[in-house]
Amino acid sequence: MSDATLSQATAVNEPSAGLTTADGKPLKQALLRAQSHARRRAFLLVAPLLAFILLTFVMPIGQMLHRSVHNEGFTWHEDVTTGHRTPIMTNLSQWFDDNPLGTEPDEAAFAALAADLVVLREVKAAGQAGTRINYERSGSRSMFTKAARRANKLEAPYKEALLELDEDWVDPSLWRVMRDASSSYTANFYLAALDRTKDADGKVTQVNENRQVYVKLFKRTLFLSIIITLLTLILAYPIAHLLATLPLGKSNLLMILVLLPFWTSLLVRTTSWMVLLQSQGVVNDALVGMGLLGDENRLEMMYNQMGTLIAMTHILLPFMVLPLYSVMRPINPSYVRAARSLGATSWTAFRRIYFPQTVPGIGAGALLVFILAVGYYITPALVGGADGQLISNLIAFHMQKSLNWSLAAALAALLLGGILILYWLYDRLVGIDNLKLG
Amino acid sequence: MALPTHASRLERIWHYTYLVICAAIFLFLIAPILVVIPLSFNAEPYFTFTEKMLKLDPTGYSTRWYDLLLTFGMTDPEAPRGWSWWADTWSNAAWINAAKNSVIVGFFSTVLATVLGTVAALGLSRPEMPGRRVIMAILISPMIVPIIIVATGLFFFYSSIGIQDWGIPYLGVILAHATLGIPFVIITVTATLVGFDHSLTRAAANLGADPVTTFLRVQMPLILPGVISGALFAFVTSFDEVVVVLFVGGLDEQTIPRQMWNGIREQISPAILSVATILVLISIALLTTVELLRRRSEKLRGMSPQ
Repeated sequence: MSDATLSQATAVNEPSAGLTTADGKPLKQALLRAQSHARRRAFLLVAPLLAFILLTFVMPIGQMLHRSVHNEGFTWHEDVTTGHRTPIMTNLSQWFDDNPLGTEPDEAAFAALAADLVVLREVKAAGQAGTRINYERSGSRSMFTKAARRANKLEAPYKEALLELDEDWVDPSLWRVMRDASSSYTANFYLAALDRTKDADGKVTQVNENRQVYVKLFKRTLFLSIIITLLTLILAYPIAHLLATLPLGKSNLLMILVLLPFWTSLLVRTTSWMVLLQSQGVVNDALVGMGLLGDENRLEMMYNQMGTLIAMTHILLPFMVLPLYSVMRPINPSYVRAARSLGATSWTAFRRIYFPQTVPGIGAGALLVFILAVGYYITPALVGGADGQLISNLIAFHMQKSLNWSLAAALAALLLGGILILYWLYDRLVGIDNLKLG
Repeated sequence: MALPTHASRLERIWHYTYLVICAAIFLFLIAPILVVIPLSFNAEPYFTFTEKMLKLDPTGYSTRWYDLLLTFGMTDPEAPRGWSWWADTWSNAAWINAAKNSVIVGFFSTVLATVLGTVAALGLSRPEMPGRRVIMAILISPMIVPIIIVATGLFFFYSSIGIQDWGIPYLGVILAHATLGIPFVIITVTATLVGFDHSLTRAAANLGADPVTTFLRVQMPLILPGVISGALFAFVTSFDEVVVVLFVGGLDEQTIPRQMWNGIREQISPAILSVATILVLISIALLTTVELLRRRSEKLRGMSPQ
């Protein structure tokens, strides 16, 4: 702790440069050393955790994002049991290197393709290569498996031989896709994630209208998140105000009603909403029982956007109440009283005096709720039905069902990019240090 | 919030309307959590109050769903309920096993998160910490990054390093849950360190204590409430986490949330509600503990509650 005493000593004596410490070193130098020592010590305390987070969190995510631009489906084959890697489609990729985009595939190209099909057959990689092409041009996978099965019987002229198997082999868009896929690095998955594709000439175009899903889903995610943020704000503002103005004893008691949901398992809360909102559930039964609703026209509040909205608003509400409360609590009530005594109506006093002081809390709560809402997965998956799904659910779909991992990674990268911008904004405006939990 | 005596009639009306609105919002917050408790005692396999339940007829209520939690997965649920029946439950019942797994994963990930997080928070709260803002942002980010992205990243990462073959059960899930719990530990511990009087540590050093003794005898008792609440947060985070478990957990690594997830997705039965009830009771207990700790911390640090 001598560092601290030293630093105080200099604070008094600066800028006298000639001072020395007891053992004769220049004071400035000793001080610098002490400071860098303290910095190192502080950093060493944080270092283990930082290393841990980098290893178990930052690196895996980075590695996953790498997949969004990197796909070896059409370039390398890895044997599952031995781990041996074989380059595939080498001849074709050579032909692509020699001939620029737009070259009509000639006999040499088809010969290269046929030679590569033989390799595919040998290493049993036709399915993998076909799947990679299939991501960008549907119906291609079966062409590859079929052609590879007969690869040994293909004879020159290869173009005719392949055409006999499937006339789509001359399709220019297929050749465009194969050209792009023959290099491991590609931005095409980002194009796909934005409902774009390249046409046969390599120009970026919109995909067919009925296949445009991702932009729509991004928009829906944004839209629902904004609605949820607004709903939580509308619901949280009055109760945060009540909590902030009640005497501490009472407000601590009422605070339990906010904190209990916060502490309750997410799955439990989602389950409760399923129980409440089902068409044979508590809310509908109550409405029918009170005669407000006919038994035959029960409300559909679950497995649609409504379900996602209600459940997520409830789940995220505490994240709005807590920042609002911590901003409202220290507001001095005499400001509003002063405004009233100067003749303001209660509405004017609220609008001009009270509300502006709560804006930092609104900003903090809204940003936090929005950030959390955009990435929500569990609740939409359980109560969202088809039209209440968010972008996270689609990432999960491509991870687990369609197995188009590069597209999942591209979607994840776009989502993550947006969230990091908001996170940066949050740090700027609110400061991560001010994040509070109850 | 009391209404002044000179309030006009309109203001009175508005005041009571406001209170009613607040009551409705509080009801919205709390009712969905409490509603599962009575429903979990439903004698019928429905998710709504039966007529018998509304009439408070005892036959409308039963503990059959709690019983199902014990018997589901047993080799011989019909056996007489003696010592061997309970042994069977303990080793075979699906929910009991899930609970055991959840506790194991929760315990180890909490220990990891709390130790690493507390030490780091000590460093972060020193004024001379270099690059504080960026490092803090990185350490808190697991709370912000969508869970599906974390889960996907870990799925590829773990399969590329072959963590399943290392022979340490639950390792992948424990590491992941520790990562997810760390932001909570950092936030709660740094919060207790704000306004920490550094002259106390200087005084200790002055009186001849080495840094370790100073930490254990002076700092630790003061930040302990924050550390414990952080640990509880980390435990709850792990105890409630399902997505990472789904993506990286082995087939035999069933935890309570995973079991619930499967139950909800496939055939939702009132047994889920009895699990939910138990979880609500646990969260009530945890919330009470954290509140008591917070008050104690404020008292210890001589801060009047704000």
